[in-house]
Amino acid sequence: MSIAVKKDAAADSSLKIVRDATCTFCGCVCDDIDLTVKGQQIVEAKQACELGTPWFLNQRIDARPSCLIAGQPASVADGIERAAQILAGAKYPLIYGLSDTTCEAQRVAVAIGDWIGGIVDTPTSVCHGPTGVAFQGVGEVTCSLGEIANRGDLIIFWGSNPAESHPRHFSKYSLLPQGMFLPNGRADRTCVVVDVQKTASVDAADLFLQIKPGRDFEALWILRALAQGLELDAAETESETGVPLSAWQDLMTRMKAARFGVLLFGMGLTMTSGKHINTEAVLALVRDMNAYTRFVAKPMRGGGNVTGADNVVTWQTGYPFGVNLSRGYPRFNPGEYTTAETLARGEVDAAMIVASDPMTVLDPAACEQLAAIPLISLHSQQSPTTRAATVAFTTATYGINTPGTVYRMDDVPIPLRPAFDSPHPSDLEILSGIERRVKQLKAAAR
Amino acid sequence: MAGTLFRISNGTVYDPLHGIDGKVQDLWIENGKIVAAPTDPAVRADKHLDVTGMVVMPGGIDMHCHIAGPKVNVARKMRPEEKRLARPVVRTATTHSGTMGSVPSTYATGYKYAGMGYTTAFDAAIPPLAARHVHEEFADTPCIDKGFYVLVGNNHYIMRALQEKEPERLKAFLGWLLSSAKGYAPKMVNPGGVEVWKQQQGGNVSSLDSLVEHFDVTPRQIILGLAQAADELKLPHKLHIHANNLGLPGNWTTTLDTMRALEGYGGHMTHIQFHSYGGGGGDENTFNSKAVELAQYVNEHKNITVDVGQVMFGETTSMTGDGPLGYYLSNIYKSKWFSSETEMEAGCGIAPIEYKNKSLIHSLQWAIGLEWYLLVEDPWRVVMSTDHPNGGSFMAYPQIVRLLMDRTWRNDVLAGVNPAVRERSSLGDLDREYSLYEICIITRSGPAKILGLKNKGHLGPGADADITIYTPHENKEIMFELPRYVIKSGEVIVELGEIREPVQGKTLHVAPDYDKGVEADIAEWFERYYSIRFRNYPVTDDYLHEHETIACE
Repeated sequence: MSIAVKKDAAADSSLKIVRDATCTFCGCVCDDIDLTVKGQQIVEAKQACELGTPWFLNQRIDARPSCLIAGQPASVADGIERAAQILAGAKYPLIYGLSDTTCEAQRVAVAIGDWIGGIVDTPTSVCHGPTGVAFQGVGEVTCSLGEIANRGDLIIFWGSNPAESHPRHFSKYSLLPQGMFLPNGRADRTCVVVDVQKTASVDAADLFLQIKPGRDFEALWILRALAQGLELDAAETESETGVPLSAWQDLMTRMKAARFGVLLFGMGLTMTSGKHINTEAVLALVRDMNAYTRFVAKPMRGGGNVTGADNVVTWQTGYPFGVNLSRGYPRFNPGEYTTAETLARGEVDAAMIVASDPMTVLDPAACEQLAAIPLISLHSQQSPTTRAATVAFTTATYGINTPGTVYRMDDVPIPLRPAFDSPHPSDLEILSGIERRVKQLKAAAR
Repeated sequence: MAGTLFRISNGTVYDPLHGIDGKVQDLWIENGKIVAAPTDPAVRADKHLDVTGMVVMPGGIDMHCHIAGPKVNVARKMRPEEKRLARPVVRTATTHSGTMGSVPSTYATGYKYAGMGYTTAFDAAIPPLAARHVHEEFADTPCIDKGFYVLVGNNHYIMRALQEKEPERLKAFLGWLLSSAKGYAPKMVNPGGVEVWKQQQGGNVSSLDSLVEHFDVTPRQIILGLAQAADELKLPHKLHIHANNLGLPGNWTTTLDTMRALEGYGGHMTHIQFHSYGGGGGDENTFNSKAVELAQYVNEHKNITVDVGQVMFGETTSMTGDGPLGYYLSNIYKSKWFSSETEMEAGCGIAPIEYKNKSLIHSLQWAIGLEWYLLVEDPWRVVMSTDHPNGGSFMAYPQIVRLLMDRTWRNDVLAGVNPAVRERSSLGDLDREYSLYEICIITRSGPAKILGLKNKGHLGPGADADITIYTPHENKEIMFELPRYVIKSGEVIVELGEIREPVQGKTLHVAPDYDKGVEADIAEWFERYYSIRFRNYPVTDDYLHEHETIACE
């Protein structure tokens, strides 16, 4: 009895508080989480949302070995050697993932892609890649999330459901904050949701426009026309979009009357019919609106550090995703050098997947190819991808076990404050080892 | 314990800080620094490079360029079309590949600067909220030393301190901000104007006395307040100023007002070419040069230094912390346009641009830049820059050297531009030619002095052994575009443009002393308005890799 009490007391005294920790679950990258840590477990995550809380509280050290080669436990050093041999020997290797690891690890992964002359691609190619393509055509008028909190008086969510995908977006950035120019917070703002279905976010909105599926482009083009004062046919507008012309006119009146309008858009635009022309329409509309007032647009980027991956791939190669380095220099062609397509065509002969699970999201043809080639995986969790890997590294979880940098959806870089140590190596350590070895092998082969 | 002794013998040395103008002599290097020649003649160097007949200068210093951070990276993303036309940097066994165009990727930036004999460069416009991003890019920008200037001209805390007439708090905040970002100098971009642009459609300030609403301050107050604070913090490089009304016809009066508003405090007027325009009223036909009038003021006032922001003909990308300017340019050229506002701190505008020699405006911009080099009497107070990539790429520096050293060629180029330039600028009447000694000043010794970099821009004992060695050539563009050797921190890193030893290079930053008592007030304000936590804002030492803290003294 007394021993048990003593044991509890000892456990309590080992409680550690980590203040201002950063959550990497979604693109909000909230950096105000106070973690209570007991040994190798987080027991409380203050301020975390319904997505962030289980992310923190369910973190466990995976009991698997740090390295498996062909399913058998192996030393990390042997795993690095095998991985380097595979990558250096491949003719057309792929490096994919990177969205759930630190920028420090991403930098090394992209560098490896250069040494081996492979493809470097990230989940951007299957989420907001079309936004990137539209961006290259139109540009973008945008801002950091704090500007929305301080100035945004008309907030439009289009094809985005933050109540479920980015739960603290409303309270931290877009609706509730009492900003510098919006002292009454929510009361000073108008919120509009445009979507093809009544999502959970509609409850937070003052206005909901339910449009016909697949008609985002038409709806956005109608707003562009109304912004310029063009007359539109009411019957045609309603039959095309499912929303009466008067409702679009009312929205345009509000948009022009706003002091600082904000249009936040999600995968409801980028991954539906039209893809990049939908986002191009958003970016063009928002640009147009700056002839009348201040207006900004922002993609609601998803998980963890996908924004960091965009940045790192861009600064090292000049292109944001889908980069082919096989000719000794970077080339960019989405659809040709992007993962889903190049795998489905059976072109890639080896792959390294970093902190991602493409096996659960890609089409069957792509998955079959991935399963058929030498595959290296780095991940903190088991997944269909790690199970298919020739060399599978179990790595420490970024932000939970390792420090580093993560970029929020608005490109703001934020440091991580790890909660407890992991017996597994970090992505950065493994990738640095692979880079050293790959460089030697490639130099020797020249 | 002595390191490896490296002797560079028999070069024709230019070291203007020590008055050395083309003297044949040896240089000795140890532990990455220049050392005095050994007094004992028996001492032998461990490594020896004979550069007989070659020209030896300190490594070049670009004191105003845009090479890293959020704005530069967005421009890389935004301009795939120009990369298809630009010869890429190809991977070797020891160096990375990269893309060129007006906004090269990080590795390519480092290799190309070094290949051209430049060993130090400063990014000129970083929102401190993005400082961490810059340090990360710097870690992937090899071969050169680098630092950055921190945007302060539209910072809310600074405007609030001015509004509340709290100069001591402003000064402490500036010290805290530079230390937190691990930046090098304070930079004003269109003071007050960017905040107005955030507040209203097409917003901007029009003069030094325009009022910035909500903060009730004027550009004049911001300029003087910051100049005073920078002076009192004893920063190595005082205030770096991108004045109001950049690019607008008639803006020269604003520029003159800005220099006067410094009230004798030190100030560096950057890309002055873009601020030297006469005319106005929206009539293109009135556009003309006011370089003569402004240069006269600079010649008479020793507290002012300038870099030029030379425009070169061709395609490039305009990128600026001046949000309203980006809007203005994108409307003129009907181009794609990026604009981004950073909370509490800054703005940003990016648009592609092509300078055409048939265009009156562009030809005048080109001519006004050259006027500036030729009209400022003291070469120590005018610095070569293209405001890369705004006026053109840094890769154009060798061409500018030729334009300055070769009057005949300059006049040939002048003959090919819009003919109205002859009447609207003084360029055709200027027959000054730069000497190698003066080129050395405006590309290395001068910027080092203006930046307060005591170990750079010269070849005396204690200097960083950053050295560029050229093969003389009658055509100075050829001479300067392909140095024979480039030495960084005592290592030969480039031979004839090829990278031999891709060293990392270090980050240069300041850590001024400031009243720490102000931090509680900053923290309270910060938690109220920023979208990240106060504790997560300062950049920690682990982002620095190799670095050097330059003293404030």
